[in-house]
Amino acid sequence: MNIFFTLVQRDLRLAMRRKAEVLNSVFFFVVVATLFPLAIGPEPAMLRQIGPGVLWVGALLATMLGLSRMFEGDYRDGSLEHMLLSPHSLGLMVLGKITAHWLLCGVPLVILAPALGLQFDLSEEALWMLSLSLLLGTPVLSCVGAIGAALTLGVRGGGILISLLVLPLFVPVLVFGAGAVQALESGVGAQAHVSILLAMLLPALFFSPWACSAGLRIALE
Amino acid sequence: MSDVVLQVLNATCERGGRALFAPVSFTLLAGQAMHLQGDNGAGKTSLLRSLCGLSSLSQGQLLWLGQPVSLVREVFWRDVFYLGHALGLKDELSALENLQLCAALAGQSLSASDAGQALGEQGLGGRMHLPLRVLSQGQKRRVALARLQVSTARLWVLDEPLVALDAAAQHALTALLQTHIQQGGMLLFTSHQSLDVGNAMQVLRLQP
Repeated sequence: MNIFFTLVQRDLRLAMRRKAEVLNSVFFFVVVATLFPLAIGPEPAMLRQIGPGVLWVGALLATMLGLSRMFEGDYRDGSLEHMLLSPHSLGLMVLGKITAHWLLCGVPLVILAPALGLQFDLSEEALWMLSLSLLLGTPVLSCVGAIGAALTLGVRGGGILISLLVLPLFVPVLVFGAGAVQALESGVGAQAHVSILLAMLLPALFFSPWACSAGLRIALE
Repeated sequence: MSDVVLQVLNATCERGGRALFAPVSFTLLAGQAMHLQGDNGAGKTSLLRSLCGLSSLSQGQLLWLGQPVSLVREVFWRDVFYLGHALGLKDELSALENLQLCAALAGQSLSASDAGQALGEQGLGGRMHLPLRVLSQGQKRRVALARLQVSTARLWVLDEPLVALDAAAQHALTALLQTHIQQGGMLLFTSHQSLDVGNAMQVLRLQP
C-alpha cells in the first residue's frame, strides 16, 4: 500500500515542478466555461438550460488534454521499466498514477465548477449537484482515460488515437453527469443519475488499474 | 555457495518474425559474471530485456533458483537490478529524491543519509539537491550508478554501463562490480569495451 502513496506523492511533486502542464487543462476549462455565456448572450433561461452541459463538456475535454502525458514521461525516461520490474503490484502503482492524475486534473474542476456555474445563472442546489456529479464523474474519466493512455503508449499520433478510443466510453459519463443537474432543475430529482454515476465509478476503479497494467506490459514488449 | 541460480535454456528472441540470434543456453552461478557480446543489432538488448521479464522470449526457458521465472516473478524481481539505455531518472527531481524513489520502487527502504553517502561516493556530494536536468549526461549516469551501489539485488543486468562515463567513473564502476561479484552476486552485462571484473567471467557471443 505504501507504494501507492509513494507514486501519488511522486507525481504530485513532479507536477508542482512543471506547473504549466497542470494549469493548462484547468485554464482550458475556465476559458471554455467563460466564453460560452459571452458568445450566447445574456438570456438567463437559455443559459440555465445549456449551463450544465457546457460545463460538463468543458470538464471532459480538459481531462482529455492531459491524458496522453499520463504515462508518456515515465515511458520516455525509463521509469516505467523500473515500475514493471518492481516487486510491488503494478496495479497498485498504476492506481497511484490515476489518483494523482485525478487530484491534478479532476479536483480543480470540481472546485472551480460552482464558481463558473454562476455565469450560467444556475441555482444554489444546481451548483452543488454540478460539483457532486463532477466529483463522481471525473474519477471515471481518469480511470477510463488511463486505459486509453496505456494502450496508445509509444504509438505515433497517440493523442488522436486516445480520443477515438475513450470518447465513446466518456459519453455515458457525460450524459448522466450533465443529466443529473438538468434533472434536479426540472424537478425530477437527481438520485437516479447520481446512483448510475456511482455505479460507473466502482467498476472503473476496480478494473482500470488491471487493464492499464496489461496495456503497459504490451507497450514495453 | 555455488548452487545454480540463473539458468537460461535454449533462449532466443524474435523481431518482426525473424529470430535475432541462434538459441543460447548458459548458467550463471553465485559469484559469476557474464559478458554478452555481439555486433550492433545482434539482439543483446533484446535478450537482456527478455531475461529481466520486460518482454518475453520467443523460445526457451528461464529458471531462477531452479524454478521457472514466470512462477516466481516477485521473488525474481526483488533480486534483479536492471539498468538499460534509459536511466529511469526524473529530470525535475534532485539526485537524492531520484535515488530514494528508485529504491522504493525496487522494494527497499533507503534513508536520506545512506542515499547521500552513496551519491557522495559517486562524486555528486555537492550536487545532490540540484534538479537532475542541470546535471551533465555523465553525472546522470553516475546517479544511476549510485542506485547500483545501494541495490540489494543479487543479479545485476547492465546494458552498456560504461557509456558516457569518464575514466575515474569507469574505475569506480569496475571496483563496484568486483565487490559485488566477490560478495556472491551475479552480473550480466553488455559492453563494447572490455570490463575487468575478475576471474569468474564468462563470455557469450550472440551469433545470427
